Amino acid sequence: MGVRVVTPAKVSIRDLSMRFPTDRSTIEVLSSVSLEVKDGELVCILGPSGCGKSTLLNVVGGFLKATTGEVLIDGQAVTGPDPRRIFVFQERGVFPWLTVEGNVGFGLFRLGAAERAERIAHYVKLVGLSGFESAYPQELSGGMKQRLEVARALAVNPDVLFLDEPFGALDSITRLVMRSELLRIRRAEKKTILFVTHDIDESVQLADRVVVMSTRPATIRRIVEIDIPHPRDLSSPRYIALRDILFEEIGLAHKI
Amino acid sequence: MPTRSDVERFLLPLGTAAVAVGVWALAVRLSHTNVFPSPLKVLAGLKELAGKGVLWRYVADSLRRVATGYLLALFLGVPAGLAFGWMPRLASAFNPVIQMARPISPLAWMPLAILWFGVSEAAPAFLIFLGAFFPIVVASMNGVRSVPAMYLQAGRNFGLGAPRLLARVVFPAALPQILVGLRIALGIAWLVVVAAEMIAVDSGLGYLIIDSRNAGKRYDLVVAGMLLIGVIGLLLDILVRQLEKLKTVRWGFQQESA
Repeated sequence: MGVRVVTPAKVSIRDLSMRFPTDRSTIEVLSSVSLEVKDGELVCILGPSGCGKSTLLNVVGGFLKATTGEVLIDGQAVTGPDPRRIFVFQERGVFPWLTVEGNVGFGLFRLGAAERAERIAHYVKLVGLSGFESAYPQELSGGMKQRLEVARALAVNPDVLFLDEPFGALDSITRLVMRSELLRIRRAEKKTILFVTHDIDESVQLADRVVVMSTRPATIRRIVEIDIPHPRDLSSPRYIALRDILFEEIGLAHKI
Repeated sequence: MPTRSDVERFLLPLGTAAVAVGVWALAVRLSHTNVFPSPLKVLAGLKELAGKGVLWRYVADSLRRVATGYLLALFLGVPAGLAFGWMPRLASAFNPVIQMARPISPLAWMPLAILWFGVSEAAPAFLIFLGAFFPIVVASMNGVRSVPAMYLQAGRNFGLGAPRLLARVVFPAALPQILVGLRIALGIAWLVVVAAEMIAVDSGLGYLIIDSRNAGKRYDLVVAGMLLIGVIGLLLDILVRQLEKLKTVRWGFQQESA
């Protein structure tokens, strides 16, 4: 009797295909995508806009049903959204009718008042929004709203986070700050993270592995391991080399 | 020193109103008309009404009728609109009826209202209800329909079932649009009460106007009644607008700063 090897895959995407019927034909968005994500891993899904990477994330999150194939999380098939796996949108996803505290506590309706307050306080502090507990989202900057949304997600203690171009609407300086914040938070709270982006630099700065998608129908072109320890030096030869590999894989010349 | 916003909010409108009254007075004097009373005559008429004790009673009667019909429309219209917005099939089923009933002026219901309710409080309240109900239903329905999919997705992601999702996401997200509908509906209710009181009852500001004409051609009292209606309408609108400043809905009424 041989020893059965248990693969430590947290998320296991198996041969996913997605086709949308239109009036005249069907559009194929995903074409047999397979990917294993390890527990605690940060994987960036990199591809051009409209390639179907958001669709992929929505299928993995349980918001869309794939045409064929399946997604397993902890070995169980995903059939719908689940508070153990939270989707983070661009900062427009926070609820404007709730305060910072109200937003962070949104998913904690099953907890008692004391535990709820404790969690809210913890995550408000973690994302650096102390002092803004009673502020409404419209009083916050874009970056603060994004932190708020991350805090709202973390507060329910999910084990997987899906981030769909979360920093896409922020200015480039705030974006850089938010990336290092995300890495800091990730050190504090070990989560498995699937991060969709079209930003090559973002993927090299954040990811353990970068999954490069093709244009539609999206297939995985290549998976690149980012073997640079954190904190990452953005001018190191290895960083530049990995970035160049991704530039080439996406099909861009890195000269302007 | 008045600040710029004080000037814009108070001095400018009040100044314009004062000029309008001045032009009115001058026009009456220069034209020697006897079919339109001067501002002073109207003021004297108002004093006369207040002295007889009918002024406040008429105002209270009109407001009470509006409150009855309007609150009924509010408590039936908002849930109906939420249901139609949330269940597209229900909306498809009822939409033709709603869209057909909506353009019928509430005043067209007057003969039936009098037939059903007689000359009573219920007749004007019913007409006001009809006038206010449809804008409230339509605003609530559209409010629900335009809730961003992202909010619903987030709500579901956190494990909210349908009742919680409606109460904690759909309703608060739709509330700014619902308030706009409530404001429009109150304006309509105030229009309808005047017309209804001219026919269906024997008190209220609408009755004041028609009675002042019929019993002695007192056009000073007619215009006094008109002015009162205008001023109270303005106050009601200002009152409802205060709701838009509540923090939980303010986001829906402002351009988001970048």
